[in-house]
Amino acid sequence: MADDMKRFTQTLGESLRERGVSRRGFLKFCTATASMMALPPTMVPAIAAALEKARRPSVIWLSFQECTGCTESITRSHSPSVENLIFDHISLDYHHTLQVAAGDAAEAAREAAMHENEGKYIVVVDGSIPLDNPGFSTIAGISNLQMLEETVAGAAAVVAVGSCAAFGGLPHADPNPTGAVSVSDIVHDKPIVNVSGCPPIPTVITGVLAHFLTFGSLPELDALGRPMVFYGQSIHDRCYRRPFYDKGLFAETFDDEGARKGWCLYRLGCKGPMTYNACATTKWNEGTSWPVESGHGCLGCSEPDFWDAGGFYNALSIPDSDIIRRAGVVAAAGVALGAAAGALNRSTRAKAAASHEKVTIDDLDKTS
Amino acid sequence: MVEPKDEVPLNHSNATPVLHEVLHALQRLATLDEPTTIDLRAIPFGPGDEDALLSQLGTGEVKIELDTLGKSTIWETAFSGVWIIDHQNAESERIALQIEVAHVPAIIKAQTEDVTESLQLLDNQLNPNRTETTGLREE
Repeated sequence: MADDMKRFTQTLGESLRERGVSRRGFLKFCTATASMMALPPTMVPAIAAALEKARRPSVIWLSFQECTGCTESITRSHSPSVENLIFDHISLDYHHTLQVAAGDAAEAAREAAMHENEGKYIVVVDGSIPLDNPGFSTIAGISNLQMLEETVAGAAAVVAVGSCAAFGGLPHADPNPTGAVSVSDIVHDKPIVNVSGCPPIPTVITGVLAHFLTFGSLPELDALGRPMVFYGQSIHDRCYRRPFYDKGLFAETFDDEGARKGWCLYRLGCKGPMTYNACATTKWNEGTSWPVESGHGCLGCSEPDFWDAGGFYNALSIPDSDIIRRAGVVAAAGVALGAAAGALNRSTRAKAAASHEKVTIDDLDKTS
Repeated sequence: MVEPKDEVPLNHSNATPVLHEVLHALQRLATLDEPTTIDLRAIPFGPGDEDALLSQLGTGEVKIELDTLGKSTIWETAFSGVWIIDHQNAESERIALQIEVAHVPAIIKAQTEDVTESLQLLDNQLNPNRTETTGLREE
C-alpha cells in the first residue's frame, strides 16, 4: 500500500531515477516519446522538463460494442520498454478485458477511481453505444449508455479509441441494427479526442495518452476531433507511391506489371486520398510495413462510415491519364481529381445507404 | 504479396530530399553553429529508401554504443558532423531513428545532474568513513 501511495505521489523523473535510469536514459526516453507523439525533435527539451514533473493520471477504459481489436492493438505496440514506462505512469484503474478483478469487484474499482480522482481522470472508450435497446450490450448489468454517462461525469477528458467509439464504426454500418452511436453523439460537455482506425495504430493511442501525461492537456484536433499530429495529412499525400499517381502510373490488377513495380493503387480502390491517418509514416508491426507497402490499397478505416463507402475495391474515381500525363498540369489535375473523388465518394455512399433496408430482430429470427 | 523482391525498385527516390535537408543543416552548423535533428520516423519512406539514404551517407570514423533502456548505436557518417542515432528498446526493437547534425550528439554529453551525482559517489568511494555529506571544497 505504501508503495502504491509512493507511485501516486512521485513524479515521473523521481520514479525513473529511483529505478536507476540515468539522465541520458531519460533523454532517450524523451526522444522516443517525442517521436511517438509525432512532435519535432526540437520539442525534446520541453518534453523532458514536463515529464520530469509529470504525475500519473488515473485512466478508466470502457469497452462497449467492440471486437477487442483496439485493445489487441495497444497490447501489441512495438516499443514495450518505452510504452511500459508510459503505462507505469498511468494508473489503468479499470479495463474489464485486462484486469484480474471481475463482477462487483471490478465495478468497485471503477467507482473508487472515479471518486478518488474526481475531475482529473481520463476515460478511454472503445466500441460504440447501442441506443435502440439498452439490453443489446451491458457490463455487470449496467447498460453501455448508463456506464458511459456516469463515468464521464467526473472525467477531465474522454479518448474515443477506434472508429466504433469515434464514429460508430462497424456496429453503425447499414442497417445499424442496434442503433449504435459514437461517444461524441452522447457526450457534449467534456473534451473528446477521437483516435480513429480499425484498429488505430498502437503508437497513436499511446501517443495521445503520452501527450496528456506530458503536458496535462489534449493535443490539437482536426474537424473530426482527431489529433492533428497524426491525422493532419492524408494517406495519399504521405504515400511513397504518390509520385506514380502524379505521373499517371497505376496498377490495374493485383498481379499486373504496375502492381509488380509498386505503382499507385488508386484504381484498385485505394481510399488514401480521402483518408487521414499516420500509417504511411508510423507503419505497423514494428515499423515493418503498412497496407499500401504490402500491395493493398488503403480501406479508409479511420474515416466515418468507411464500411458504407461502396466497396473496398471500387476506385473513388478514374483519373484521366491523358490529362494528368501532360506536363505542367499534373499538380492542378491532382487537386481536381481529389475534389472529384470526394464528390463521387459521397454519391457512392448515398447510393449504398439507399440500397440497404433496416433489418430488425424479427427478421434475423426468421432467417435463423 | 505480388511484388517479387528482384523487381522492386531499389528505392523510391525519397532519400534525395532528406539528403538536401541534411545539406542545409550542415550549412547551419558550419556558419551559425546551430545543430539540427531529423526524425526519420516522420518521413514516408518506401521500400529501399532508408537503405539508400544510409548507404549514401556512408560511415565515418566514430561509432558509439549507449546502453540505457536498451541499446543505442550512434555513428558518424562519411560526412563529419552528420550522425545517425539508432535507439532500440530492451527487446532490440527500434524506437527512434534520427539524423543529428552537430559537433557531438546531445545524448553523448554527460548530463550536468549526473556529473554532480558522480562527484558525490566518487567522493564517498574514496572516503568511506567520512560522516559529512561531502568532503569536497566548495568552489
